[in-house]
Amino acid sequence: MNTNILLSGVGGQGILTIGAVFGMAAMLNNYHIKQAETHGMSQRGGEVVSHVRISDKPIYSDLIPHATADIILSVEPLESLRYLHFLKPNGWLITNDTPFRNIVAYPTQDVVFEAIKTVKNNRIVAADTLAKSLGNLKTSNIIMLGVASNYIELPYETLQQGIIEIFKKKGDKVVALNLKALDLGRESIL
Amino acid sequence: MKRLLLGAETIAQGAIDSGISGVYSYPGTPSTEITLYIQEFKVQENINVFCNWCTNEKTAMETALGMSYAGKRSLVSMKHVGLNVAADAFINSAITGINGGLVVAVADDPSMHSSQNEQDSRFYGHFAHIPIFEPSNQQEAYDMTRSAFRFSEKYKLPVLLRITTRLAHSRAIISTQAAEIQNNISFPLVREQFILLPSIARKQFRNLLLVQNSLKQEAVSSIYNQLHKAENSQLGVIACGIAINYLLEVCNGLPQNFDVLKLCQYPIPQSLVNELFERNDKILVLEDGYPFVEEKILGIVAHDKRVLGRLNGYVPPDGELQPNIVAKALAIESFSEHVETNSTHFPNRPPELCKGCGHIDMYTALRRIIDEYGDNHVFADIGCYTLGALSPYSAINTCVEMGASIPMAKGAADAGVFPAIAIIGDSTFTHSGMTGLLDAVNENAPITVIIADNAASAMTGGQNSAAHGKLKNICIGLGVEPDHIIETEPFPTKIDQLVALIKEEIEFKGTSVIILKRECVQTVLRKNKTEANQKHNIIF
Repeated sequence: MNTNILLSGVGGQGILTIGAVFGMAAMLNNYHIKQAETHGMSQRGGEVVSHVRISDKPIYSDLIPHATADIILSVEPLESLRYLHFLKPNGWLITNDTPFRNIVAYPTQDVVFEAIKTVKNNRIVAADTLAKSLGNLKTSNIIMLGVASNYIELPYETLQQGIIEIFKKKGDKVVALNLKALDLGRESIL
Repeated sequence: MKRLLLGAETIAQGAIDSGISGVYSYPGTPSTEITLYIQEFKVQENINVFCNWCTNEKTAMETALGMSYAGKRSLVSMKHVGLNVAADAFINSAITGINGGLVVAVADDPSMHSSQNEQDSRFYGHFAHIPIFEPSNQQEAYDMTRSAFRFSEKYKLPVLLRITTRLAHSRAIISTQAAEIQNNISFPLVREQFILLPSIARKQFRNLLLVQNSLKQEAVSSIYNQLHKAENSQLGVIACGIAINYLLEVCNGLPQNFDVLKLCQYPIPQSLVNELFERNDKILVLEDGYPFVEEKILGIVAHDKRVLGRLNGYVPPDGELQPNIVAKALAIESFSEHVETNSTHFPNRPPELCKGCGHIDMYTALRRIIDEYGDNHVFADIGCYTLGALSPYSAINTCVEMGASIPMAKGAADAGVFPAIAIIGDSTFTHSGMTGLLDAVNENAPITVIIADNAASAMTGGQNSAAHGKLKNICIGLGVEPDHIIETEPFPTKIDQLVALIKEEIEFKGTSVIILKRECVQTVLRKNKTEANQKHNIIF
């Protein structure tokens, strides 16, 4: 088992939570993990990226080498395009469809989606719409994680365990909501 | 015990388990999480460790030295440019030596993810003649922190623990060992040890020089430095700190055809490097930072073509080291293939001021001042308000280092620039701005200082500001005319008044200070959340 996941999005969109779930999932199941994050200036409406590497063998580099990411998982469409050089041939580009427009030069949706579709394996997910159906827009990042679960080797139960552990201090309701979001994402593309 | 921690946090845990009695620091990316972790740990586990933020890195270093004088262990942490501020205390702490173990953890930022330069702190360690530990991964960062405290007490010297952004901000699972108990108070055996009168300092500097050979021997036998010999080596590689990870990554483990010297403890272990030179025609140096080792082993007189690295283009001369750079330097082709990428250039998404931030209103007003008086008049500083450089404000002309705004405004005013406006945050002001203001006051320099007071070190995550509630009194104490210390709140509805106010102070032919008070929206949000949670807990 050896998975490289590149997470991307805009500061404040919940990438770090996705990373934390991966981290917890790995730790609970005795996998090796490295998870490199961007902090600091990028937190404020800027681009954010996190490299997540999970394996049953020791992991050397904190950074994913170019052309070896199994997945780019993005919670924002434009951000999904910034790191294509990390994606391996036949890797999956999975992104939320809702743009976060805080820059003047933000391209039109057509331009962004067309560029996404030039990647052979791509999934554009209406995660915000799905999240609204759960009554909580904040769950869209976990919905994206659920979608991604279809494309990574990590057993699904480990992600569920990760969610239980990460959200348990916020109470049973929050745990249940996020487990539901994970399922919804996972099943949304079946 | 197993823990999933950021590299920065592994240093914190290592220091806690080494029985520190204090951590002294000023926030700065990517080092902030070291102290944050200890503060949180103190709340959770009720440990007896001083861990409040200091006013700046110099006071942090000095406070730690005081604790060391008293025989207890302390950690100092800061970002690389903070070491410039602490340099006087840092360099001289090598001459005094230490009593209780003292480790200075400094996080460098190659590629300048959140910094104004990418200076390499190993040069400072070398300059001070002290041992440098540079862990290669999270586990080693924990282990080396613990080793560093023992080493510090063994040689009675501070130890520099150097990491870079990548390790500081990357998580992995580590195993921790049983904690040591804190030292009791004990005073230096030699009464003069901490008195750097020239006659004493000369003697102690000679002792410092004499111990260098032992430090080199320690580096040769250190478990953190290892020479792996290949059977038919074609190239010797020196991999410093995290560079070893990239080497192992691109070679899929230890390479069969290269000798590898993993180098994590300095001074440079000369005999190991010599052995590498004897066994190989060429030596490639991989380091995440400046060509520190490369320069040291190169020699000036005979420009040695045998050494390959950042100085001759085998590795790019600047920026963070990455796996693909290492692969290229080793001519490993399997790592050069890329997925076809769309050639369209997509716009970058720079950081921005948060919605509802008081700085926005400050810059909206200032923009109108600039439109009236012209460009080139605004000297800013380090903090969130540096984002005033970007569109749509484009309101500042300088940002150099902590505290530069006020003296630069004065210097420009001295040169005849009118108006000269300084913008500085509350925490930056107490960090390094007060002395500059005193200079201005002493000459009644015609500058207008705007202190953007958001009651926090906001850029690094909203840490407490040493300036909180004290700004007006500090300005009075420094001698600013009380009539020209104006406190007001910047709000979108009060832009006209703010513009009028700034104009009035600009026209005053002396030093004036406008304190714009509005709490950081992020810290307000966090407080509201905490309060709501507490209420929730009371009800249920």
